[in-house]
Amino acid sequence: MKTAILSDIHSNLEALTACMAHARRQGAGRFVFLGDLVGYGADPVACLDLIREELARGGRAVRGNHDEAALGGLCENLNFIARDSAYWTRNQLGPAERELLAALPLQLREGAALYVHASAFDPAAWEYISGTESARRCLAASDAPIVFAGHVHQPLLFYTVEGGVKTFAATPGVAVPLSSRRRWLVLGGSVGQPRDGNPAAAYQLFDETERSVTYHRVPYDHAAAARKILAAGLPAMLARRLAHGE
Amino acid sequence: MDFAGHCVEDKIAEGAMATLWRARAADGTPRLLKRPKLGMGSHPACFAGFETERMILARLAGPHVPAFVAGGDESDDGGGPWLIEEWVTGPSLAEAARRAPLPLDEIVRIGAAVATALHALHRQNVVHHDLKPQHILFRDDGCAVLIDFGLAVHGELPDLADDTGERDDRPLGTPAYIAPEPLRGERGNPRSDIFSLGVILYLLATGRLPFGTPESLAGMRRRLWLDPPRPRALRPELPEWLQEIVMRCLAVLPENRYATAAQVAHDLAHPEQVVITARGRDLKGGGWRAAARRWWKTATAPPPQRTRAADHLARAPHVLVAIDTEHVDATLADAMREAVRRVASADFLARISCVTVLDAALFAGQEEAGEIERALRTQRLMALHHWARDLGLSPERLRFHVLDGSNAAGPLIDYARAQHVDHIIMGAHGSSALRRLLGSISARVAAEAPCSVTVVRSAGRAPAIA
Repeated sequence: MKTAILSDIHSNLEALTACMAHARRQGAGRFVFLGDLVGYGADPVACLDLIREELARGGRAVRGNHDEAALGGLCENLNFIARDSAYWTRNQLGPAERELLAALPLQLREGAALYVHASAFDPAAWEYISGTESARRCLAASDAPIVFAGHVHQPLLFYTVEGGVKTFAATPGVAVPLSSRRRWLVLGGSVGQPRDGNPAAAYQLFDETERSVTYHRVPYDHAAAARKILAAGLPAMLARRLAHGE
Repeated sequence: MDFAGHCVEDKIAEGAMATLWRARAADGTPRLLKRPKLGMGSHPACFAGFETERMILARLAGPHVPAFVAGGDESDDGGGPWLIEEWVTGPSLAEAARRAPLPLDEIVRIGAAVATALHALHRQNVVHHDLKPQHILFRDDGCAVLIDFGLAVHGELPDLADDTGERDDRPLGTPAYIAPEPLRGERGNPRSDIFSLGVILYLLATGRLPFGTPESLAGMRRRLWLDPPRPRALRPELPEWLQEIVMRCLAVLPENRYATAAQVAHDLAHPEQVVITARGRDLKGGGWRAAARRWWKTATAPPPQRTRAADHLARAPHVLVAIDTEHVDATLADAMREAVRRVASADFLARISCVTVLDAALFAGQEEAGEIERALRTQRLMALHHWARDLGLSPERLRFHVLDGSNAAGPLIDYARAQHVDHIIMGAHGSSALRRLLGSISARVAAEAPCSVTVVRSAGRAPAIA
């Protein structure tokens, strides 16, 4: 079965629906949402409605730092813009949305795969996987052959070699086989706020039978998502960055 | 013994890395079963090589590689990973290499077959990185098949063969055949395979390996600055064009080698058009000055980057320009030259073949038909050269051919297929009388050619609506 892995959706309904439609056309049977479902974008409730439907159909989701921020707390680990958007998001959420977010686990294991938002090494610390050192720490913290993570908003594939970890920038649309003699860390790009210079939404398709992962990029109406952010009174920078993927 | 729907027959080879069996499918088709040697004391590169081969072979297609049948990580007998591929019966090039030096026509035939197979591999975005006679088999029709992809790299997949965490000095390749840049850790450049092809051609032509079989890394690194003895110094009867081809494959810097294996095959097929330089003429190498220059260049070279075969090939297209030398339309010729210039300047490694078609059947049966044909052929060739003069391109980038045929489209399409043409540029005939005669040529070429076709029309000459 093929699983679509959607990370860092950030309340971007246009990007989420575009990725889900694309994934279904690629044969995805179900969805795993890798955290940061909300925050930054203007459609938290509509996004959570879509996600809730998928969870009822066998989909899974884990919690991200922005999901946690939307539930409460002072958000001292977030910058001003992220904090503003977290406070705005809190006001949009009803009890049903809060209940959904509060029930999300920090990580979950399914067969060969481990799903986590930031890093399997102390998931609640929200460590960024910024290089081979943090990737090695993440892989060492679990015995799952394949770890899926997000949080960084930059797609990259890590794999173990003799005495270390190497990286590979996968070509979008090309399936990469995940050999069983190595361990793999599939760092996903962001659905709702790409930051690698490409404004197209990013998600991954995991084929459990074939044991392969395909990185996908999906162009979507980012101008519409940006207009909604401005109309909602959220910081303008959150709208601007969508057009440049930065 | 049964294995994945196959009946396993004999063990045919047991190497340091893998064991090979002959197996038979349910319908009796012979197949090759390959399993890596894992476990205590096995070579660490053993699994990396096996996993690389399985991953890459599954992505390859065509007559120049063994067809991938099936593969898996675990087997019912608990023996670990396995791979079943097509059984290629033909002889290995190692047998011919043992007879070297070979006659010229055999060197050319084998060289062109291997270059063709190599280009087919590079076109699929894969660099072999271990090309040597033992890894080349021949089908009954003479078609070369490349085997053993344990060190190969695919432009769109992780480089699993390079299984070392930090930079280390173990070069990936066979000492006698490895190119200079993989010795520095550069992987994925298709021109590294062209260097190995040069070593094979050198061996077939002279009976000697250009750099011997060094055992130490220092010994291997000598090829970074030292020239091998010139083939014609070892075997004086070899033609200059062959030495030119061999030495150009063996250039130390990848950018001085042929851009593609298709160009090597093209030159072997048309030796009279090879532009002979000092590389082909001289009986001695560049001497200590050249060696010192190269040593300095190597010592100061930037760290290697991974390249992708497909990106490189995209910049080195073979462009066929179909020219009608008999119906000269100056405006159309200018427009076509402009189109060729744009392609040539966009891709500075592009090779431009200027081609026309001659219908020899027209004078068959006439008195002195052969003589008439020879004279016409020469005249057409001169017309092609004349046409290309205004392009202002270096002679090295241009080739000229007069093809035979009664209808121009057929020979152009056949040539495009045989010579790995990537792009055809041809003119649209403006005048309606000619179009009735020739207009269908571009339509047929566009429909049947194995590549992109640009049909050039001169400005202000829109076709009349019939």
